[in-house]
Amino acid sequence: MAGNKETDAHSGMETTGHEWDGIKELDTPLPRWWLWIFYASIAFAVVYWILMPSWPGITGYAPGILHKSDRAQVVTDLAALKAQRSAQASRLATADLATIEKDPQLQAYALAVGQSIFGDNCATCHGTGGTGAKGYPNLRDDVWLWGGSLEDIQRTITHGVRSTDPEARTSQMPAFGRDQILQPGQIDNLTEYVVSLSHRPANTAMAAAAAPVFQANCASCHGPQGLGNQQFGAPNLTDADWLYGSDRASIKDQIWNGHGGVMPNWGKRFDANTIKALTVYIHANAGGK
Amino acid sequence: MVTLPVKRGETSGEAVYFLIATALLDLVAILATAASHDPLFQFQGYIFIAAFTLGAFALTGGIFGGTLKSPQDKYSDGVIRAGVIATMFWGVAGMLVGCIIAAQLSFPRIFYFSDFGFLNFGRLRPLHTSAVIFAFGGNALIATSFWVVQRTCRARLFGGMLPWFVFWGYQLFICLAGLGYLVGITQSQEYAEPEWLTDLWLTIVWVAYLLVFLGTIWKRTEPHIYVANWFYLAFIVTIAILHLTNNAALPVSFLNHRSYSVWSGVQSALVQWWYGHNAVGFFLTAGFLAMMYYFIPKRAERPIYSYRLSIVHFWALIFIYIWAGPHHLHYTALPQWTQTLGMTFSVMLWMPSWGGMINGLMTLSGAWDKLRTDPVIRMLIVSLAFYGMSTFEGPVMSIRAVNALSHYTDWTIGHVHSGALGWVGFVTFGCIYCMVPWLWKKKSLYSNTLVEWHFWIATTGILLYITAMWVSGIMEGLMWREYTPQGFLAYSFVETVAAKHVENVVRLIGGVMYLTGFLIMIYNLVRTVGMPSSEPAELKANLAPAPLAIPAE
Repeated sequence: MAGNKETDAHSGMETTGHEWDGIKELDTPLPRWWLWIFYASIAFAVVYWILMPSWPGITGYAPGILHKSDRAQVVTDLAALKAQRSAQASRLATADLATIEKDPQLQAYALAVGQSIFGDNCATCHGTGGTGAKGYPNLRDDVWLWGGSLEDIQRTITHGVRSTDPEARTSQMPAFGRDQILQPGQIDNLTEYVVSLSHRPANTAMAAAAAPVFQANCASCHGPQGLGNQQFGAPNLTDADWLYGSDRASIKDQIWNGHGGVMPNWGKRFDANTIKALTVYIHANAGGK
Repeated sequence: MVTLPVKRGETSGEAVYFLIATALLDLVAILATAASHDPLFQFQGYIFIAAFTLGAFALTGGIFGGTLKSPQDKYSDGVIRAGVIATMFWGVAGMLVGCIIAAQLSFPRIFYFSDFGFLNFGRLRPLHTSAVIFAFGGNALIATSFWVVQRTCRARLFGGMLPWFVFWGYQLFICLAGLGYLVGITQSQEYAEPEWLTDLWLTIVWVAYLLVFLGTIWKRTEPHIYVANWFYLAFIVTIAILHLTNNAALPVSFLNHRSYSVWSGVQSALVQWWYGHNAVGFFLTAGFLAMMYYFIPKRAERPIYSYRLSIVHFWALIFIYIWAGPHHLHYTALPQWTQTLGMTFSVMLWMPSWGGMINGLMTLSGAWDKLRTDPVIRMLIVSLAFYGMSTFEGPVMSIRAVNALSHYTDWTIGHVHSGALGWVGFVTFGCIYCMVPWLWKKKSLYSNTLVEWHFWIATTGILLYITAMWVSGIMEGLMWREYTPQGFLAYSFVETVAAKHVENVVRLIGGVMYLTGFLIMIYNLVRTVGMPSSEPAELKANLAPAPLAIPAE
């Protein structure tokens, strides 16, 4: 140690005698409280090592005298959860969809499952509340593309729409403009005709000109009156519910391009019980049909 | 008495070697870029070619213009001035990107740029973290370490032009990494995103940095090594080890940007978080404690509180920090015994971390009035308060039961920012407020009132930020674990996201306030540099022997 130690006037403490660029150091002892808390945290660690799985050796690790194990705990917790669900789950497995809806206890259970599953899987497209968006059907009303009965909903969820499933709901509206099936002028007229179908003011001359075009090209799926057909997922064009938008530009765009949405075949991911519950949940939210 | 042998203007020969090396590297870069069929590799190649070409022109100009000769009897401060400017520049860039991604999280519909994929959150988020940690923080560390090691060793920086290579090489690393993220070059490891080629370049720069630092300590004319230099050295050496281990990878080919890590599975996760946690420990803690150990006693004109505490907490910190990484992997595939060790070492780390805070705070005893009179001291001391808070919060969050709630939530983001904004940011601001008048030979800062404004706006911003993140973090943690009586999760993920909209907006406001304070600082510093220089006599005798003679033992 260097010999030029000084005493600091403020603290009365001696310096170490070193100096760097004018910086000196006091030789203050370690603060007691600091040292004791440090010791205490080390003691805590040692106790924790004794109780819990800790230091490794050559062939394994010290399991700790409490014999705690996360992996064993997960198994226990999952079993407890399964037990909590099991009473209703086993009834759900055997009951048919209509029975589930009539049994208040079973229905409450199905709704709980359905809500949980819907939020993390279906809400991405159909919205948190199931109210849909442009191109994604609203599931909270009584308008259905592929049928709103319990069995229809169950089939749609299981096999999906335009998915890779062989039993998927499939149909394809032609892209009348893009594929040059109709002339641009015909599509403008057809747009007016579709507007008039939903009882809105439209250019009557254009709509009248499009009537035969509609019967020749659209009526096979949407029906001669435009009432739609759930067998082909063809929407009803006479109501106020529009999948791809109700304004003229949206209608024209749909006729031009023939958009068709895709829904996954959830049967590959969920077990039958989950799909049952989800079916009941969606059916109940839409007011049933 | 100690004086250095005076050498003048001997850097030209060395500059020629640097020029040859740069030209050769440029040639290699051009050939590799031409030979590669990988557009992302070529993108990196163009950055290298641009940098080496510019470097070669600058060196040629310097050699023929004679501007590379510098007096060897003075401290090399030019590279530090450049470092301060780079710190400010990257600070604005990093914080601005932070504000943009905070806005994206608050208003995802407005700040979604479908035509500009590179502006997506996934690309900008690593740009933000790397820019503030490695570009802002790294430049601050390199610049202050060059200042501190010269003054406390009473020796000019070792290596002639090598410090300038460290500076420019590091800026090239930042450009390679940052622009790389935007075009999609990433190995997807948090805080270690740069791919192998960029990693390799950083390794070269870092070894040069280590050489400069060690060489300067080697030729010191002070008998002892000051505590700040222990911390800087621990930071430089450990970061080198962490960088090499975590980035050990095999490139797809030497003309392809992509590589595959030698680590896989849970080993990869463990190495990654051993790296990630010690990037916090040795980059953001040890390095910035080194800054604190010089600038607080210097500014307060008081001796360091306790030499013994500095020794004990230094070694305790170095020894314990390196074990704490597994607390990032609680309740994962990592074996539980490893989690136990990570957690207990994190708890034991509490007091070693606080040792630095105590030493800094108590250094002010006898000069507490300076908290009122000197806003720069206040900034430095408040940085220690945030340091103390986040190094207490860290061990608490490492406890498995707490972590079960806090992990993956905004609480972690808040914790990181109380450390980053409060500790790393404020201690850097304090040091730079000290250094700029010294470096540019001014009597004082342009305005202390503006420092007050900076201090209060930024402090309020930090408090808004971290309180918002506590609220949203604990809320979403509780929502995630909520079960219905039937035994199903009560909330979907998107509901928990929607629930924290207000907190996200408050966070954005806090971040914008912090950036505003920083812009005030830059204005203040620019005006300071523009002031007339004071006492030109001070310029000449930087390396004059210290007033104290050192007697023989």
